[in-house]
Order: sequence, then structure tokens, then C-alpha cells
Amino acid sequence: MKSKLVKKEIIHSDNIFSPSIDKVGVEERVARFQSRSIKNESKLQGLKIALNMIDLTTLEGKDTPGKVKQMCYKALHLHDVHPNLPSVAAVCVYPSMVRIAKNEVRGTTVKVASVSTAFPSGQAPLDVKIRDTQFALDEGADEIDMVISRGKFLSGEYNFVFDEIAKIKETCGKARLKVILETGELTTLDNVRKASDIAIYAGADFIKTSTGKIQPAATMQVTYTMLMAIKDYYDKTGIMIGMKPAGGISTSKLALHNLVMVKEILGNAWLTNEWFRFGASSLANDILMQIMKMETGVYQSSDYFSID
Amino acid sequence: MSRLEILKTYKIYIGGQFPRTESGRFYSPLDKKGKPLGNICLSSRKDVRNAIVAARKAFGSWSERAAFNRGQILYRIAEMLEGRKEQFISELIQQGSTKKNAEEEVNLSIDRIVYYAGWCDKYQQVLSSVNPVASSHFNFSVLEPTGVVGILAPQNTSLIGLVSIMLPVICGGNTCVVIASENLPLCAVTFAEVLNSSDVPGGVVNILTGTNKELNETLSTHMDVNAIVYGGDDLEALKQIQENAVLNVKRVFSYSKDWSKADSQDLYMISDTQEIKTTWHPIENIGGSSSSY
Repeated sequence: MKSKLVKKEIIHSDNIFSPSIDKVGVEERVARFQSRSIKNESKLQGLKIALNMIDLTTLEGKDTPGKVKQMCYKALHLHDVHPNLPSVAAVCVYPSMVRIAKNEVRGTTVKVASVSTAFPSGQAPLDVKIRDTQFALDEGADEIDMVISRGKFLSGEYNFVFDEIAKIKETCGKARLKVILETGELTTLDNVRKASDIAIYAGADFIKTSTGKIQPAATMQVTYTMLMAIKDYYDKTGIMIGMKPAGGISTSKLALHNLVMVKEILGNAWLTNEWFRFGASSLANDILMQIMKMETGVYQSSDYFSID
Repeated sequence: MSRLEILKTYKIYIGGQFPRTESGRFYSPLDKKGKPLGNICLSSRKDVRNAIVAARKAFGSWSERAAFNRGQILYRIAEMLEGRKEQFISELIQQGSTKKNAEEEVNLSIDRIVYYAGWCDKYQQVLSSVNPVASSHFNFSVLEPTGVVGILAPQNTSLIGLVSIMLPVICGGNTCVVIASENLPLCAVTFAEVLNSSDVPGGVVNILTGTNKELNETLSTHMDVNAIVYGGDDLEALKQIQENAVLNVKRVFSYSKDWSKADSQDLYMISDTQEIKTTWHPIENIGGSSSSY
């Protein structure tokens, strides 16, 4: 009986597949990313890059067409007082709001991302998830943010999770697929790494930390672990995978720390919104306030910026 | 056996916490005999910024708190100060007061806090009004706190000046960032300890120590400060503050009173940091014979 168990552990594919994570080591390395001194000029450039990487997000039960239109307007007019600002990368909405958002941003560089697959819980049968995704695509979504089935993942049904992602990827066709791991529910960094690998091998174009509904969300430790999975995959195959930390990144300081981390792990190629995104709603204003502070020399007040 | 005297390190007060200045700097003002008073934080621009963020965060709930409850809390400050009288007296003596003057100053400070505590739930009734208008509107004006107020405490007193210009500000539901007297900072920091152990929520009052010259600029240019109360007597500095205040049309008030006089307290110091909101409410006659109210 005992030998059987041991054997099972050894052949258990995921134990061979994903390396285990040294939590203390991760924490130490992450702490070092936060102590880089960034000169003012680089900081300003970094802030503008970060601004351009934001997926401006509204995912609430109380979303209305008016709210979505307002957010799209903000995506295109971040702070009109300042003439040389980039726009954000995308707006991120529920499938029911995709058409409205698409009409607002048509003809601009801003993309429309839609969450799908019974976001945020992911508790629905596969055919519902596929229809959910197909609906979002038909409405005009450029990108799909799907959630994985965390319940299945935690009960060890990795094949189920893998197949589901692959199926949704198939549905997406050319639209880019971001796979949300909801790391707050995965509890350990080992699980985060495992889920990252599953998502990447199943066809994700992007891996994303969280839905924003569960705390903790995009901690530096989690993002680091996922970036390492991307790096390992790139080293092995030469294929780039995107990264999107989402939830909890609300200050420009934290955004800059993330950029430092991406640069040092993955390199400059990832420092564009094609390969790195921030899922956030209040980050944009904080970055704008920082940029204005740097250019005017005085600390800013939220009174003079748009309401999130 | 003789023992080594412990020179107290006075910390600053931001958002209900007592951090050291983020800059790590300090200064040691001297007493009359040339002995250092203590190690005092030399706050930086970043500390000012942090304090303003804390004050803004605290503003919502402090301004919306029931006026009566604000009064209770202010009264509690007086109670706590009464309990720590001896410490304040000895600090004042350390900073050059005579024993008699020190006792008077502390007593007067306590009385002044009680005075403003009493006004908390009364200034609104006294200062707001129902206005006669030539249309069928119920027209009334009420006071609302200005917001985050930057306070530059008087330089020549350690306690009474600070209390006298700070209390009317928080009495009216504002939150504040105070820059303490540069050369007489001891009581300001100890007063922060009093505030912290009374029921004043963190962030309502933030107290920094350091040089006015360095901190005035950041405080008066910051776009999230709505008013500045200046208690110093440097007209050049005041001019600079007024110019900086233009950026976001801050209100600037300058007081040069003898704070040790019992009558250097009044209702209008509360109304200075208040805005007046006038509402036109469509309604029939008010107060006429046909009024049904």
C-alpha cells in the first residue's frame, strides 16, 4: 500500500512538470526590486510606460452603459490639461458591455477586453463558458480574460483545467486570451507556478493574477512567480507570453516596482503593452498625479482629476 | 552613582502614528543655558506630503461626525491635558518659562480647549442663517468645513499658540497638518501624545517638527491643502505663502495675537476655516400669515 502511494507521487505529472517555489527566496528577491533608486527622468518615462499598459477596468454588478461610456472617455482623455500623454492599453468590461465599449473606442489604439467564462467564479459548465466567450467575441471584444476553475484545480483535476483553457483558446481564434489564475484562492506559490504552467501550455497568450474580487490579489511575490514561469517557457521554446497583474496595484510606486521586476526578469522586450498590462481602476489617476507633480513641481490633489 | 541622562527623541505625528521623519534627520534646539532640549525630527517635504494624505483621508469621517460628538472629543483632549499637566509645565520650564508662567500657560491651554469644545455644536446655529428672498424659496446658508488646513504654529510659544490656532480649525470639522514652533517644539510633540490618547481619530491632526523655511513651501504649494493658517510673524514668509496659495486659491489667514490673553479666542476663528453653502429650496411662504409651516 505504502509503495503504491510513493509511486503515485513520483509519476504525478505536475511534480515533475513544475519546479517547487522557495517562498523565502522569492520574498528576498522581490524586496530587492523595491529598493532600486530610480532617477527622475527614468521615473517619468516609467510612469508614462505604465500608463500605457493599463487595462482600465470596471467589473461591477452596478455597471451601466453610462458608466462604461464614461470610462471609455477617460481611457481616451486621461488628463487633457497635459497634451503629451499616452492613452491606456485597453478597457476591460463584462461581455454585456462590450458592444457599448467597442463603439466608444472604435478607431483608436485602445482595445476592448472582455472577461468571460462565468467571471469571476468560473462556476459554470464548459458549454456555457464557450457561449459566454463567443458572445463577447461576437460583440466585438479584442481580448478575452477567462478565469480558470479553481475548485477543479485545487482538487487536483489539472487535466480538466488544461482542457478547459485549450477549448476557450480554440473559441478565441485570433483574439488574445488572458488566463486569470485567481492566485488569492490558490493559497501557495507552488500552486501559482503550477497553474501558470498549465495555462501557458494550454495556449494562454497572457497569464493574469486575479479577478480583483479576492484579496490578496497581485502581490509582487505572485507576479514574480508567474514571470519566472514565463521566462522558463520562453527559454525553452522561444515563445513570448504576456503578463497581467491585476487588483491591488493602485499606486505609481508599486507600478514602477513591477516594471523594474519585469525588466530584470524578462528584459526590455516585455516593456510594452503588448506583453505587459496592469489591470486597475484607480492606478491611472495616481500615475497622472505623479506625472503632474514631476512636471509642475507641486503635489497634486484628486480634486483636479477625473473621478474613477 | 551618577547616571547618563536619556535625551528624549521626539517623533512626529502622522495619521495617528508616531514615525520618525522619513529623511532620518534631526536637530537639537538648545535651552537658555546652551544645553540641548532633545532630539527633534527635522521633517522633510515627503513628511509633509504624507501628513496631507493622512489628513485628507481623515477629513470625510471627521467632518461628517455629529457636532456634539466632536465636542465630546475636544473636551476629552482637555481632560487628558489636565492629567499630564506636570509634564507640560516641566517642558515649558525647560524651554525657558518661569514656573508661574508655565502653570498659567498650561491652565490657559486647557481652558481654551474647553472653550472650543463648547462651540462645536453651537457655532452652526449662531453663524448660519435663513435669508429673506424675493421668490418662493426657502433660502438658507450653512457652514461647511473648508477641508485640509495647513497650520504654521506661532514661533514664540510652545503650547498656547499651537492650541489657540489649531482648536478652532478642528472644532469646525477640518483636518490639519501642523508645523510646530521651530525652537520651542517640545510641547507640540507631547501634545500629539495627548491627542493620540484622547479620542481624536488618527489623521485629524498631524504634527510635524522642523524648519518653517523648508516646509512652508511644500505646504503652501500643495494642491490638496485648502487653507493655510499662519501664526508666525515673518512677513516675508507670509508673502511667499500667499503667493503660493494662488495655485489652487487656498484661503490664507494670518493671526498675530497675544495668545496668553484670555480674550484671544473667538467664534470668528472657527468661521475663518468654514465655507458657506447657500441652498434655494422651492417652497411656499415662510413666516407669512398664509404659511402652512
